[in-house]
Amino acid sequence: MLEASGIDAFYGQAHILHGVGLSVGRGEVLALLGRNGAGKSTTMKSIIGLVRPAAGSVRLDGAELAGLPPHEIARAGIGYVPEERRVFTELTVMENLSVGLQPARDSTPTWTPERLFELFPNLAEMRDRQGGRMSGGEQQMLTIARTLMGNPRVILLDEPSEGLAPVIVDQMARTVQELKRDGLTVLLSEQNLHFASAVADRATIIEKGIIRYSGTMAALAADEEARAAYLTV
Amino acid sequence: MSFFVVQFLTGLASAASLFLVACGLSIIFGVTRIVNFAHGSFYMLGAYLAATIVATLPVGIFSYWGSVLVAALVVGLIGIVVEIVVLRRIYHAPELFQLVATFGVVLVVQDLTLAIWGPADKLGPLAPGLDSAVNIGGQLLPEYDVALIILGPAVLGLLWLLFHRTRWGTLVRAATQDREMVGALGVNQRRIFTSVFFLGACLAGLGGAVQIPREPISLMMDLNVIAEVFVVVVIGGMGSILGAFLAAVIIGELNAFGILIFPEITLVLLFLVMAVVLVIRPRGLLGKPELTVGAQPAQIAAIHLPGPATKLAMGVLFAVLALVPLFAGDFLLVLLIEVMLLALFAASLHFIMGNGGMVSFGHAAYFGIGAYGAALAVVHSDSPMELALVLAPTAAGLAGLVFGWFCVRLSGVYFAMLSLAFAQIAWSVVFQWYEVTGGDDGLLGIWPSEWASDRFAFYYLSLIIVAGGVLMLRRMIFSPFGYALRAGRDSPLRSDAIGINLRHQQWASIVIAGAFAGLAGGLYAFSKGSVFPDAMSIPRSVDALVMVLLGGVDTLAGPLVGAAALIGLEDAISRFDYWRLILGLVIILICVTAPNGIVGSLKLAFAGRRERE
Amino acid sequence: MSVLEVERLVKKFGGVAAVREVSFSLGEGEILALIGPNGAGKSTCFNMLNGQLRPDSGRIRLLGRDTVGLSPRQVWRRGVGRTFQITATFTSMSVRENVQMALLSHHRRLYALVPLAARQYREEAERILDLVGIADQAERSCGVLAYGDLKKVELAVALANEPRLLLMDEPTAGMAPRERIELMALTADIVRKQGISVLFTEHDMDVVFTHADRIMVLNRGELVAEGAPQAVREDPLVKQIYLGAGHA
Repeated sequence: MLEASGIDAFYGQAHILHGVGLSVGRGEVLALLGRNGAGKSTTMKSIIGLVRPAAGSVRLDGAELAGLPPHEIARAGIGYVPEERRVFTELTVMENLSVGLQPARDSTPTWTPERLFELFPNLAEMRDRQGGRMSGGEQQMLTIARTLMGNPRVILLDEPSEGLAPVIVDQMARTVQELKRDGLTVLLSEQNLHFASAVADRATIIEKGIIRYSGTMAALAADEEARAAYLTV
Repeated sequence: MSFFVVQFLTGLASAASLFLVACGLSIIFGVTRIVNFAHGSFYMLGAYLAATIVATLPVGIFSYWGSVLVAALVVGLIGIVVEIVVLRRIYHAPELFQLVATFGVVLVVQDLTLAIWGPADKLGPLAPGLDSAVNIGGQLLPEYDVALIILGPAVLGLLWLLFHRTRWGTLVRAATQDREMVGALGVNQRRIFTSVFFLGACLAGLGGAVQIPREPISLMMDLNVIAEVFVVVVIGGMGSILGAFLAAVIIGELNAFGILIFPEITLVLLFLVMAVVLVIRPRGLLGKPELTVGAQPAQIAAIHLPGPATKLAMGVLFAVLALVPLFAGDFLLVLLIEVMLLALFAASLHFIMGNGGMVSFGHAAYFGIGAYGAALAVVHSDSPMELALVLAPTAAGLAGLVFGWFCVRLSGVYFAMLSLAFAQIAWSVVFQWYEVTGGDDGLLGIWPSEWASDRFAFYYLSLIIVAGGVLMLRRMIFSPFGYALRAGRDSPLRSDAIGINLRHQQWASIVIAGAFAGLAGGLYAFSKGSVFPDAMSIPRSVDALVMVLLGGVDTLAGPLVGAAALIGLEDAISRFDYWRLILGLVIILICVTAPNGIVGSLKLAFAGRRERE
Repeated sequence: MSVLEVERLVKKFGGVAAVREVSFSLGEGEILALIGPNGAGKSTCFNMLNGQLRPDSGRIRLLGRDTVGLSPRQVWRRGVGRTFQITATFTSMSVRENVQMALLSHHRRLYALVPLAARQYREEAERILDLVGIADQAERSCGVLAYGDLKKVELAVALANEPRLLLMDEPTAGMAPRERIELMALTADIVRKQGISVLFTEHDMDVVFTHADRIMVLNRGELVAEGAPQAVREDPLVKQIYLGAGHA
C-alpha cells in the first residue's frame, strides 16, 4: 500500500538517508527500528514531505508522492504523528481536532470527534481544555486523534512511546492495536523493542541511514544476531 | 475638566489608526514570523489611494467610506503581490534577510508613490456627515474623532470573532504556533500565509485611509508610522491583537497629554513608558514568551584565526590603500574615504550582529550621535578636531550605554524593533531641536585641523583610524569577551548555565560597537564638513545592514567588501531619478538569491568546488 | 553533611500546584534519581533548584547556604554543574572551546579583550575532555558531533567549574540503550572519584536502577515514595502510577 524506495535525504550538507526503502501492506503494522540518529524520524519526514527527498520515490497505492508539499501528501491519505507531539498548545482539544479535519474518503473509516472520544475516553472529558494544559500522555493521544481527523489511509507514528511513563506506554500499545483492528495501516518508528513487539507485524531496521534488516516480528525475535548488531538492548 | 475629557478622547481617536497598523503587523508576524518593514508603506498607500478615489467620486457619506474601504482592499491586493513575489521566497531565510528585503520593498514603494503622486504633500477631504464638531462642556471634539473612537474597538471585536469563531481563524492560530505541523495535517500553508498577509495589509491600508481628514498625506508617512508602530508592538507584545490595542491607546494618550505637559519632550515620555513596560514585562504587556523567531541557519559557521594567507591578503590590501593617493585623483580619494568610514561603521555592526547575534536596526544612531557629537563640539565650543574625535566615540558609547540597557532585555526581532525605535527617537531630537542642531539645515563648517585639512593627510588619517579600528574589533572577536558574546548567540541557555552574564556582556558589546560607529561618524562629519539628520536616519541604519549582508554575516572580511559594494552601487545609480527603486530592487534580489552575501557565497562556491573535485 | 537540603518546596502555576511541599536532602557523593510520570513536576522541581524558577515558598540550601532567589548563573558559581535533556552546546565552537568557555567563566576572565580565547586554559580543558573520553574529538565543531558525543561534551562542560553537585535532566534521553548505560557508568565513575553529588531525572529504568543510590518518586507534584532502588521497585503505589506491569 505504502511503498518507499531509494530515498536519499540531506540536512544541509549532511547526508542522512542512503537509498532507504520500505513497504507496508494494507492493514499491516510495520515497525521501523533503529537507534537514535539512525534516520527513523528523517524517513518519516521524507514520506510526509517535511524533508524533501533528494532522490527516490514514495508511492501510495501506486501514486507518486515524493516531491509534493506536505499538505498534498497528507490529503492523499498519509497521516503524520510527529515525535515531539506538536500539539497546538493555545487551542482547545476541539480546535486541535478541527485543524486536522479533512473530507471523508470512500476507502477508509471516517473519524468524527465523537468516535475519537470513544477511542480516547480521557480526551472526551477535556474538550475545551487548552493543549498546553494537558499532560504528556494526553497530548500524545490528542496528536493521534488530530491526525485521524484527516481520515488517513496510512498513519505514521514517530516514536509514540518516547518520553512516556511505562503505564502510558502500555496504554499506547493498546491504542495502536485498536487502530489496526479498525483496518488502518500503520508505520511506526521505535527504539523500544518491547513496545514494537507488542504491536507490529513486521520490522525494518535502519542504521546510519541504511536499511539493514527486514522481516517479520517473529523472525526478528528469533534472530539474536540482528538484534545484537543493530539494536543492542 | 471637560478639557481633559476632550483631550482624552482625542488620544483615543489617534490610537485607532495606530492600532489598525500595529495589529496588521502583529498578525502577519504571528504566522509568517516576518517583521514587515513595508507595513508603513501599506499605510501610506492606503492614504494616497483613499484620497485619490474619494476625489473621483461625488461627495457623500457612502462614497467617502466606500473609498476608504476600497483603498484598504486595494492595499490588501498589493500586499498579496508583495507576499507572492518577495516574501514567499524568504520564509526560510534568517530574520535579517527578511527585514532587509521588506525594507527593499519600502524603497520601491517610496519611488513608485513619488512617480504616481508627485513630491508635494496632499490634503485629504473632510468626511461628509462628520465634518463638524461635538461640544463637550464647551470644548470641541471633531465628529470624525468620535467615529474613529468607535472604529478601534469595533475592528478589535471583529478580529476576535474572525479568529475564534471561524475555521480559518483556528487554522491561523494553529499556524501561528506551528506552521509546519499545520501543513503536515493537510492544510495549504501558502493559502494561509497569503490570506493573512492580505488581512494585515488591508488593516494597514485602512489605518492610512481613515487618517486622510486628520493629517497631510506625504512621502514621509511610511517611516514615521513604522517607528511608532514598532513601539506599539514592543509595548503591547508581538502577536497579541489586544496588546496592540492597549499599547496604541497608551501611546495615543501619551501624545495627547504629553503635548500639554511637556510639549517638547513627548518623545522622552514615550521612552520612559516603554522603559517601564520592558523592565516589568520584557515581552510586552500581553506578549507570549515562547515565540521563536526567524529561521536560524542550521549550522552556524565556526570562525578561525586568520591564517598566513588571510594576513597576507590584509597586508596587501592595506599596502594598496596606502599607495592609492600617489596616483589617484581627488574624486577617487573622496570615494575611498567614504568607503573606509562606512566599512568601520559596518564592522562595528558586524561585531554585535555577526558575533553576538543582535540584529540592530538602528545602528545609525551611534554613527549619527558620533557625527553630531563632533560637530556640536566644533560649532558650539570651537573644539579642535582632535578633541572632537575623542568626543564622538565617547558620546556614541554613552548612547550605547543608555539604549543598550533597554535593548539587551530583548532578543531577535524585538531587539531589532527597539533599536530602530531608539534611532528614530534620536533622529527626531536632532530634527526638531533647531536651536542646537540646526534641524533639517544641519551643522556646517566642520573642518579638520590645519594639518589634516589636505585631502592626502585626511585620507591617511582615515586609513590609519579605520585600519586600527577594524583590527581592534577583529581581535576582540577572538578574545574571551568576544567568545562569551558568541556563546550567548549560540546558546543563551548554556551561557547562563556556565555563569555568563549575557546581558552585561551584550550591553558592553553595544557600548563598544557604538563607540566605533561613533568614531566613524565623527570622522565622517569632518570628511564632509557638515552633518545632517539623515546621518542617523533609518536608511542609514539599513545601509549598515546591507553592507554586512552584502559581505555576508558569517565572514569577518564581509563588512569591508560590503562597504565597497554599496558605495560603488550608490555611486553608479545616484544619477538616476528613481535610484531608490533600483536600490530597493537590488536589495530584494540579493536577499532572495544570495542569502550568504558576496564573500559568504564565494566561500560556499569554493567549498562546493573543492568537494566535487 | 548534606550538599543539598530542600524544605517544603512549593510552586504554583495559575493557582495549580505543580510542586507541593517537596522536601529531601542529598548527601555528599550520593547519586539520587528523581522519577515520575510526565507532568509530575520533575522539571519544575529541577528548575527551582537550578535557579530558573523561583519557588512560591520553601527553602533550598546548597552547602549550607540559601539559594532561593539566585539566578542560574549565580547558582552555577556556588558549584552546581548542569546538563540538559536536549543538549545545549555552542555549535560554532570546537569541543575544546566549549570547555574553555566554561573555564574562562570559572576563572572570571570573560571581559578580557586582548588575549586569544583559544589559547586560554587549553591543558585544563584537555584534561577534562580526557576524563570523559572525548579528547580525540577536541578539534571538531560541536555543530557536527554525534548525539552521544554531545552528551559527553555536556558532561565535560558541567565538570569545568569543579562542581560539588551535578544536576542532570534526563542525561541519557535520546540515546541508544547501550550508550545510555555506558554514559551513566562513566558519569558514576567520575563523580564517585571526585566526591561529587548527583541529582538526575530519567525515564530509562535500567539506568535508574543500576546507578542510583536512592530514588525519589514524584507524582502530581508530591513526593510519593523515597528509598533504596529495590524498595522503590517493589512499592505497590509506584508500580501502579509509574512503572506498570513491565518492570514488576
